Amino acid sequence: MAKADSITAYERVQAARNGKRPMGSYYIEHMIDDFVELHGDRRFGDDAAIVAGIGYLNRIPVTVIAMERGETIEERMKRNFGCPEPEGYRKALRLMKEAEKFHRPVICFIGSSGAYCGIDAEERGQGLAIAENLYEMMGLKTPIISVVVGEGGSGGALALGVCDTAVMLENAVYSVISPEGCASILWKDATKAPDAAAHLKLTSYDLLKFEVVEKVIQEDGKTEREICSALKKYILDEILRLRVLPTEELLDGRYEKFRKIGAFR
Amino acid sequence: MSGLKEFFTSITKGAPEQQPPRVCKNCGAEIAYPDYVANHCICPECGTYFRMRAVERLEATVDEGSFQEIDRKLKSKDPIKFPDYAQKLDKAEKASGLNEGVVCGTAKIDGIDTALFIMDSAFMMGSMGTVVGEKITRLFEKATAQNLPVVGFITSGGARMQEGIFSLMQMAKVSGAVKRHSEAGLLYIAVLTDPTTGGITASFAMQGDIIIAEPKALIGFAGQRVIEQTTGEKLPAGFQRAEFQLEHGFVDIIEERPRMTYTIAKLLAIHTSNVQ
Ligand SMILES: [Zn+2]
Repeated sequence: MAKADSITAYERVQAARNGKRPMGSYYIEHMIDDFVELHGDRRFGDDAAIVAGIGYLNRIPVTVIAMERGETIEERMKRNFGCPEPEGYRKALRLMKEAEKFHRPVICFIGSSGAYCGIDAEERGQGLAIAENLYEMMGLKTPIISVVVGEGGSGGALALGVCDTAVMLENAVYSVISPEGCASILWKDATKAPDAAAHLKLTSYDLLKFEVVEKVIQEDGKTEREICSALKKYILDEILRLRVLPTEELLDGRYEKFRKIGAFR
Repeated sequence: MSGLKEFFTSITKGAPEQQPPRVCKNCGAEIAYPDYVANHCICPECGTYFRMRAVERLEATVDEGSFQEIDRKLKSKDPIKFPDYAQKLDKAEKASGLNEGVVCGTAKIDGIDTALFIMDSAFMMGSMGTVVGEKITRLFEKATAQNLPVVGFITSGGARMQEGIFSLMQMAKVSGAVKRHSEAGLLYIAVLTDPTTGGITASFAMQGDIIIAEPKALIGFAGQRVIEQTTGEKLPAGFQRAEFQLEHGFVDIIEERPRMTYTIAKLLAIHTSNVQ
């Protein structure tokens, strides 16, 4: 196994953002059988930055919600470079509620620089959309597994990140603010992003140590297919473990997972 | 002004009457401190709302002598050892007279028992680190256990980046406690004051059963400069102000500060009448 500290935090950030890195759609394609994509929030529109639907993980029906930035430039424009609008979060919530109704576990794939920042997004309640997801996911009566596969950017990532088990790919990152944003606010100099990345403690190994995520899937020295199959095995084992828990125990565990995060005296 | 007196004597050794006058940023008017408080921290000349300190809000809101503070001493342990953060916390403490950016406790509002949290922008812009998250979570848990409504006065620049991922996770933590309080059938009134932005808007600010905003308060998720830089568009007049949020359906009421306590008391009373 590669040494966790042989690669700098900012190199991880760059790896997480790499345009060739597999995103949500890749994992759906290679992990989920008979996938049927479902569209729209039934309120305003359909946000292509979030791909969602149902299918099987092995033989188990699951709901999958994935951030997707697209490959070609046209596709990236259409998908807003993976930055969800409020409709994306509302589509996600609608399908999570549906998953609850049919007792399907939910798998979320996170990889986005953050929620879309725009006038229209504000007009349609970006803050409310994220707030509602956090609130409803805390009480969703079916297992939720969140996987950070790319850049986990702030509240826009957390809106798919309230879960029973959180997993990160080794080179994924998860942070309250981008290293560039942090550096420009604190030091008025975005070129100090590598320093900020190191200080923010945003790598998978940092988050594992902080018990914010339960598992890191090794990437270095592995092919994409090997990573995908290791991830699939872990998700499957977690679903098998979580789906037999009584609902109350499941929700108490989820509450406690977040309740314990803090450092005060 | 007994609460103010206690607060100011504890931090500056001076009585409220000896506080320096407040100067209006809009019109330059100089207002003697007792007049300033009597006028709800609004400029008597031009009507500009000043950002209220938690202690001033408390005085204006709760029945005299009824407030019992909880978790006053909680302080951050600097979870990711962020550069200069420990010194920033010390400075914020000295400047604000508080240990953190939120004051929590129980009180009576017009005779009704209530749990209360009041954020204070004088402490690092009211940003949410793990102490703010923990204190608000504990308050909701206490309110759930004791069957109390929660009234929250919110002002915050968002998550506190110096606490990294610990700060982000407080959004989920508080949301869980708000959800459990709600499932117990209890009322949460969120009062949004200037400014309410970022991760706070994307969590407990928008989770109230009733959301009240102060006039002209800045309320939004994304920062205005970030939006301009991302989209290259010019922001419309009044963008992300309380009136904009009312127009788009995200707040229930815009209430003037002099009527705020009256309105909150009325809402609490409606929710505590059990006449069948
Ligand atoms: Zn004035």
